[in-house]
Amino acid sequence: MMRIRLEPRAEPSRFAGWLSPMVAAVAVVLIGLVLFSLMGRNPWHALYVFFIEPMNTLYDAGELVLKASPIMLCAVGLSIGYRANVWNIGAEGQLIMGAIAGGGVALAFHDSDSRWVLPAMFVVGAAGGMAWAAIPAFLRTRCNTNEILVSLMLVYVASLILSLLVHGAWRDPEGFNFPQSKMFAETALLPILVAGTRLNVGLFIALAAVAAGWLFMQRSLAGFQMRVAGLAPAAASYAGISSSRTVWIGMLAGGACAGLAGVGEVAGPIGQLLPVVSPGYGFAAIIVAFVGRLHPVGIFFASLLMSLLYLGGEAAQMHLALPSSVTGLFQGTLLLFLLATDVFIRFRLRIVRPPTAATAA
Amino acid sequence: MMDHAITLLLLTLAAGTPLVFAALGELVTEKSGVLNLGVEGMMLVGAVVAFIVATTSQSPWLGVAAGMAGGAALSLVFAIVTLSLHANQVASGLALSLFGIGLSAFIGLDYVSVIIEPIRPLTVHGLPDIPVVGVLLFGHNPLVYLSLALFAAIQWFLSRTRAGLVLRAVGESPQSAHAIGISVVRIRYLAVLFGGACAGLGGAYLSLVYSPSWAEGMTSGRGWIALALVVFANWKPWRVLAGAYLFGGVTLAQFQAQGMGVELPSQYLAMLPYIATIVVLAIISRNAAVIKQNAPASLGRPFHPEG
Amino acid sequence: MTRLSRRTSLATLTACALALALPASAQPKAGEPLKIGFVYVSPIGDAGWTFQHDTGRKQMEAALGGRVTTKFIENVPEGTDAERVIRDLAATGHHLIFTTSFGYMNPTIKVAQAFPNTKFEHATGYKTSKNVGIYNARFYEGRYLAGIVAGKMSKTGIAGYVAAFPIPEVVMGINAFARGLRSVNPKAEVKVIWVSAWFDPGKESEAANTLISQNADVLTHHTDSTATMQTAEAKKVYAVAYHSDMSKYGPNAQLTAVTHHWGDYYTRVAQSVLDGKWQQDNVWGGIKDGMIKLAPFNKIVPADVQAMVKKAEAEIAAGKLSPFTGPMKDNTGKERLAAGKTITDAELSRMDYYVQGVVGKLPSSK
Repeated sequence: MMRIRLEPRAEPSRFAGWLSPMVAAVAVVLIGLVLFSLMGRNPWHALYVFFIEPMNTLYDAGELVLKASPIMLCAVGLSIGYRANVWNIGAEGQLIMGAIAGGGVALAFHDSDSRWVLPAMFVVGAAGGMAWAAIPAFLRTRCNTNEILVSLMLVYVASLILSLLVHGAWRDPEGFNFPQSKMFAETALLPILVAGTRLNVGLFIALAAVAAGWLFMQRSLAGFQMRVAGLAPAAASYAGISSSRTVWIGMLAGGACAGLAGVGEVAGPIGQLLPVVSPGYGFAAIIVAFVGRLHPVGIFFASLLMSLLYLGGEAAQMHLALPSSVTGLFQGTLLLFLLATDVFIRFRLRIVRPPTAATAA
Repeated sequence: MMDHAITLLLLTLAAGTPLVFAALGELVTEKSGVLNLGVEGMMLVGAVVAFIVATTSQSPWLGVAAGMAGGAALSLVFAIVTLSLHANQVASGLALSLFGIGLSAFIGLDYVSVIIEPIRPLTVHGLPDIPVVGVLLFGHNPLVYLSLALFAAIQWFLSRTRAGLVLRAVGESPQSAHAIGISVVRIRYLAVLFGGACAGLGGAYLSLVYSPSWAEGMTSGRGWIALALVVFANWKPWRVLAGAYLFGGVTLAQFQAQGMGVELPSQYLAMLPYIATIVVLAIISRNAAVIKQNAPASLGRPFHPEG
Repeated sequence: MTRLSRRTSLATLTACALALALPASAQPKAGEPLKIGFVYVSPIGDAGWTFQHDTGRKQMEAALGGRVTTKFIENVPEGTDAERVIRDLAATGHHLIFTTSFGYMNPTIKVAQAFPNTKFEHATGYKTSKNVGIYNARFYEGRYLAGIVAGKMSKTGIAGYVAAFPIPEVVMGINAFARGLRSVNPKAEVKVIWVSAWFDPGKESEAANTLISQNADVLTHHTDSTATMQTAEAKKVYAVAYHSDMSKYGPNAQLTAVTHHWGDYYTRVAQSVLDGKWQQDNVWGGIKDGMIKLAPFNKIVPADVQAMVKKAEAEIAAGKLSPFTGPMKDNTGKERLAAGKTITDAELSRMDYYVQGVVGKLPSSK
């Protein structure tokens, strides 16, 4: 009898680092072929529609990047905390708080034509996200409360606050009692980057966050300390790295980025406050952060992939008449595969033969 | 007034039951040190599989069993990915939810218009007619009794059995458990599968008893509430039970008030359980001794014997 | 085979690029079927708002035969994604697009500006433009009739109403129902429970159960699932279904149903586009236009009640009866309509009060 077992590698494998997404991609193509054939569609055409069609035109490419931006922002912010074992899973709530805070500025200065309205929205929005993230950070550092759970609970609270506002105080008085705010004034909207698309300058904020995230983690002392705290907590405390400072940095980075993403949505493609401002970008970002291996460059590509999966699902509905549920099914499969195949970076497969077989040979 | 109170009590028990199932299952999973955020997906898969099997076999009880199997099957995916392949539990759990939501909608496509004969409350002749006590003791759905039995069994298992002790040891300190010869991975597999089966059972309750039908996303976020509940309960089964009825009861009490013409802003009320959870959590975790007794120390951390 | 599909896709690509570069030039070619797109807010399911729109789509396809082809995208969230979906439909040569939920209003208007030759029809909104028409149904007319049936069938004089969100369309329905109820039973009351969700079968059945526990013996709902009807059936009370006929979920409980019918309207609009005669319009159709109908009565509804409802239905269709004709007071006693006055459409669409007979206070009304 042979047994297969996993052994930890001394060094993470670079080769496996490249190999694992390839393995996942092949697996997904195979699953796609089977799935689509079973549903009576031409599987190659279906894969084409799912993965290539959404990038066909300039407009589509713009949509791809537009949808990837908030996910990218949230994921970069989250990854800083995750590197240090600070588990903020409430980016969705922090995004909503950012949208509320930034949107509040837009509504308060609705009649202003100052060009400072938009920057103010981003500053206040980031502060809103940070404030929301500060609650779990405070409870973790003061009361040792588990931040995974507190940040998750606060997602529900944030979405209810938004609902309260758009159903009540911030409802558009001209809007026939429908639950939505006024449309933001022109000064509160992000300028369009490429004519004919919806791509706006919010993209630069996301890219800047990616760059800043990379600089911080790879080049700054604080970033180094965060990484040490994540890899070897005991060593970190010996070296005098404050664990509560780590928690605060990790949480606030996540909150600020998510808050910016929230403002980017309401000041970008939405243009007003609605009861729901995000279709779960904050949660998608958690998966993206891990698929991107907590590295800004990885996150950049992973968020584009995530966005592609959303758009591919729409294209599949439109061109293949596949039900919308296929999207979730396919997304889940791909992500689980990507997460699973990463095992080969840190572990190697080893075939273990029982001793008797060894002596016989 | 008495009638009102009794009805409210019956309804509260019925409303809390799916949460009891799912949260008790997640509690056992978490006690082994594994955090599975895929409860919503597992509940939905349980709901749809139970519904499909119950309608095709004409046997609701076969449906219940199938729902459990469905939930467990989905949790097996999670177990393989996180326990054998060491992927991050938080990310994998979320991906599992996404997958489960899509999968359930997909396999349930042909069943959205099917009508089913629901599992009815037990009618032991005459018993529910005894005033007050009769209804309270005998007027429930069989699955409600099952949830109470499950509670008792888990309570007993965790506190009184050797296997329960092993489970807690694995969650507390997988390295020491491994050192004394316990197979940490095996125990965790079993705990995850149990959690999946319970979530599936909660889903089956929804599709076969509570709102007997199948519709996409019919759990409406109850899986996420179940996750909150485990924390709210500080990993104690009896508090899961109390919390589930509290969560269910808050909505019902608010509906009662509305029906009587009392205006309460529903959003504030809906926020209450979450805020209460955070406050409770903060208070109990201030006292390090209390949290240490109950919260599994290795929750969410991967385990590998060599590193 | 692969090569073929790749080539067709390449053609699609070019077409898309062309459509994008010159959206104004895209015109349906003579002899080709008209491509029509539908955007749905939820899965189609077996009953409810989207189901009725999809039934309308199928009816239109059947009526117009090979002259139209349709495409639908279900489960499209209101917000960022809606604009892209609507735009994709327009860019892939759909010359008539129905967007069937209120939250698609602003995205529809935005896309319409970029595709001036494509016709858009948005349901239940209030913004229009040169190529965006709006349509809606006078659901409240059916609600009034449902109120009459409920008032006649209730023994306790209490009706229960499971509602989603307090937007005018829902409030109008509650008020019309109460007016109908009180027209035959002046002491009857309507109890309303807001569940804060369009679709949550669990909560809907909890609300229905609560209403029954508070002595309501006839229910109705403005939510999307069949839960209210199923609860009524299980608890042996009556119910009036909404959106769709739900008699198979409540064979004993369902007295009748207020049902939506979009098929005739969709056929008419598509025909006008085929004929090149489409005009931007604001349609608010009711019983007269066949947009709102009552499902067949349950046999337990006595013949005289059926006749009474039929008479009221005919009067509404003929314009002789309106659910909202004065004297009408709100439930705080304030006069809202003087005797003999009928409510205007503008007043209707801003309705933010309960009429007499509805218990409680409308949430977040000032």
